[in-house]
Amino acid sequence: MSITDIQVTDELVHGDDHHEEHHEQSFIFKYIFSTDHKTIAKQFLITGIFWAILGGGLSVIFRLQLGFPDMDMGFLQPFLGDWISNSGKLDPEFYLAMITMHGTIMVFFVLTAGLSGTFSNYLIPLQLGARDMASGFMNLLSYWFFFLSSVIMFISMFLSTGPASGGWTIYPPLSALPQAMSGSGMGMTLWLVSMVFFIASTLLGGINYITTVINLRTEGMTFRRMPLTIWAFFITAILGLLSFPVLVACVLLLVFDRSFGTSFYLSEIFIGGEALPNLGGSPILFQHLFWFLGHPEVYIVILPALGITSEVISTNSRKPIFGYTAMIGSILAIAFLSFIVWAHHMFITGMNPFLGSIFMFLTLIIAIPSAVKAFNYITTLWKGNLVFTPAMLFSIGLVSFFISGGLTGLFLGNAAIDINLHDTYFVVAHFHLVMGSAAFFGLLAGVYHWFPKMFGRMMDEKLGYIHFWLTFVGVYLVFFPLHYIGIAGFPRRYYSFTNFDAFSSFVDLNSFVTVAAIITFGAQFIFLFNFFYNIFIFRN
Amino acid sequence: MLNTIIILAAILILVILFAIFRVSSLVDVIKGDSSTKIPPSNGTQANLLLLFLMAGLVGGFYYSFGGLEDDFVLPVASKHGVITDTLFWWTMAITGVVFIVTHIFLFGFSWKYQHRKNQVAYFYPHNNKLEMIWTIIPAIVLAALVFTGWKAWMDITRESPEGSEVIEIMGYQYAWSVRYPGADKVLGDYDYLKIDATNQMGIDFSDRASFDDFIPREIHVPKGKPVRFNIRARDVIHSVYQPHFRLQMNAVPGMPTQFWFEPTKTTEEMRTETKNPDFQYELVCNKICGQGHFAMRYIIVVDELEDYKEWFKSQEPWLKQNADYLTEIPAKLREAASIVAGIENPGDLDAPNGLTISGSK
Repeated sequence: MSITDIQVTDELVHGDDHHEEHHEQSFIFKYIFSTDHKTIAKQFLITGIFWAILGGGLSVIFRLQLGFPDMDMGFLQPFLGDWISNSGKLDPEFYLAMITMHGTIMVFFVLTAGLSGTFSNYLIPLQLGARDMASGFMNLLSYWFFFLSSVIMFISMFLSTGPASGGWTIYPPLSALPQAMSGSGMGMTLWLVSMVFFIASTLLGGINYITTVINLRTEGMTFRRMPLTIWAFFITAILGLLSFPVLVACVLLLVFDRSFGTSFYLSEIFIGGEALPNLGGSPILFQHLFWFLGHPEVYIVILPALGITSEVISTNSRKPIFGYTAMIGSILAIAFLSFIVWAHHMFITGMNPFLGSIFMFLTLIIAIPSAVKAFNYITTLWKGNLVFTPAMLFSIGLVSFFISGGLTGLFLGNAAIDINLHDTYFVVAHFHLVMGSAAFFGLLAGVYHWFPKMFGRMMDEKLGYIHFWLTFVGVYLVFFPLHYIGIAGFPRRYYSFTNFDAFSSFVDLNSFVTVAAIITFGAQFIFLFNFFYNIFIFRN
Repeated sequence: MLNTIIILAAILILVILFAIFRVSSLVDVIKGDSSTKIPPSNGTQANLLLLFLMAGLVGGFYYSFGGLEDDFVLPVASKHGVITDTLFWWTMAITGVVFIVTHIFLFGFSWKYQHRKNQVAYFYPHNNKLEMIWTIIPAIVLAALVFTGWKAWMDITRESPEGSEVIEIMGYQYAWSVRYPGADKVLGDYDYLKIDATNQMGIDFSDRASFDDFIPREIHVPKGKPVRFNIRARDVIHSVYQPHFRLQMNAVPGMPTQFWFEPTKTTEEMRTETKNPDFQYELVCNKICGQGHFAMRYIIVVDELEDYKEWFKSQEPWLKQNADYLTEIPAKLREAASIVAGIENPGDLDAPNGLTISGSK
């Protein structure tokens, strides 16, 4: 199949020809094992939505625990079973499992596969004037590897020992030793297996996107004329291609340590009443390998969202994006720099302080291209003729989050300030704004903007506005206060704060954040209703 | 009760928003404005964006300067903490200005250039001068931040000064253990293979410096003297974090780390300053380490130098408290160990390893 799908560059294709490319196909090959980029994009989108509901739902449950530590959670027993004790208390280990799954799901399954997978697949051929992706078969494999990975990750949540619970960064030795916590047993194994399939999916997709962009542009579509969305997807794919293999290496070494008695990450450990024989490994090695992916991953998440925003803002301002060349330049600069800043996640891990100072320097440089992007978006609005469709509002919201979250990066990137802020709620607030919410808004803006193209229907605008305002205000109400408690030294990943005098004074604020989080999560169902109702039921 | 209120509030907000959009679209219909593809509530959206800006600014200012700030900004109690706090507030000032100005432009432009009849967008694809300006100005500001931050960082992470108090902290699931060097001011070796139910920290008594080491129940440090923490972990990664000292360093198994600082306020002084008679410096674990992660509390007491010296002297060597452990020490070192540790009646010093010796403290 792959051979027949490859197009030649100089073949002129019109945008409307996309529907009738394949011959008669059975239902299974048309809708399930499809090689059509539009169908695959929808598959990614629907799977991403499924994960987003799950990931968001988990966050509501653990926010309840944080906001109302004395609450009787017995009503969750039908869903969570033994993880809720008979006195209605959430199990502390399951709390950690939930934050781990929330992070994994949101970062990888929703904002990497759901966002890139959907819009790279959908838009690259359409905006380039190609008939389909370079290899439809690889595209199919990419989705089904993702699906397989999703199934494995989903199954891991139903283990009696719980899913992986060591945080989405799975630092060993915690993740390497089943003695350390029950989630590091089978749950962690499934996490690792799932992640290997996920990486395979990302690589297959990435190679496909890159090949398509380089080879299948229609006549006259030079790189200097390519839409910024495609530039963003193109660079994202390159980032993924270069960084995800490092995660494979990182994960495989962890598998060796877990199963075959090697000592890549383990040394001088006494746990569960016995001294382990492992000597000479270093947990810091894992962190270097992990963040070598982990940092570019942040840009893998946010660049496509920025690309979508470029298109949406430009369209709805009725003028071209300001500084097209500078925008491409800043994407390239961000992409390049993202590979040499990873150790700013590790300032206080005991890494050589001199390395810390170099990474601080490189990290703060990345603020310059980011600032250029933000300024260019604002200038695009200047003297425009602005039409506030829901997509436009979400894009403006994205720019706002990108600025708010980006600025707090200047605190965390500064090693001296990071000493006190590292791993506190300040970090939580920072990345939830700049990559979490901003990328989510990019995804939503894309869906609202291209929904008519994707499904041939319109979404209801009023519901879109309500969805936007509840979400936009809600996100700020959730994450803005978290900066404050972060400055006060609240550590993240804490099951409860009642054990410390210093932290017990913020109960009210935590309750407020929880209420805001529930409302924000609830608002997403307006979107879901709007989305599915208009696809399946409403016919205009 | 609270749940009901939340649900009611959510429903109310929904209804209000829906009503607003409904009214605005009806108004537009009456005006006969719905012929274009412009959303009927376009103006409402623009106004809401402006409203959000103003409400956000007012709310943010009130929340930041309305008297609550004392709760969030912990009083600093270490020398380097003053420097990092200064950096923090300078960064806050710079980013605060950028934050407010960019948001005024973002939402202000959104409101000002909302679609109007016969309004034409101004073709403005690029302006190299403008772009140069907003590349170079952030670069200069960042250079200043990098330079000051780098100086502070190198200063904080340099080797601890001569004569620092050296204290060893070990994290394990889910508590901390602390060892002081004892009268000889030298910490003995440790070996993770020597860890057992008694010798929790794996102190290696083949090193003579270990004999007088003591393990107290809480950390005491002197005010006005550099203190160096030698940090290690027994099982998984932990992190030694104390927000008042602006102190944080991971505890990594197999890789000793360190952090030094100089306390500037005693616990008593902090009690007066915070008006909290029960104030304690609390040591926090700040790296996910398992289900008890949230409960790894340990007290640090900052004393005046005199009190600290007295406390230090009053501590008994670990070996004295656990005299039975003498049998685990190589036979030729037992006598020296019992003398240094001050064990008065050490019993049979030649007993084979593992036998209990009578007599202890």
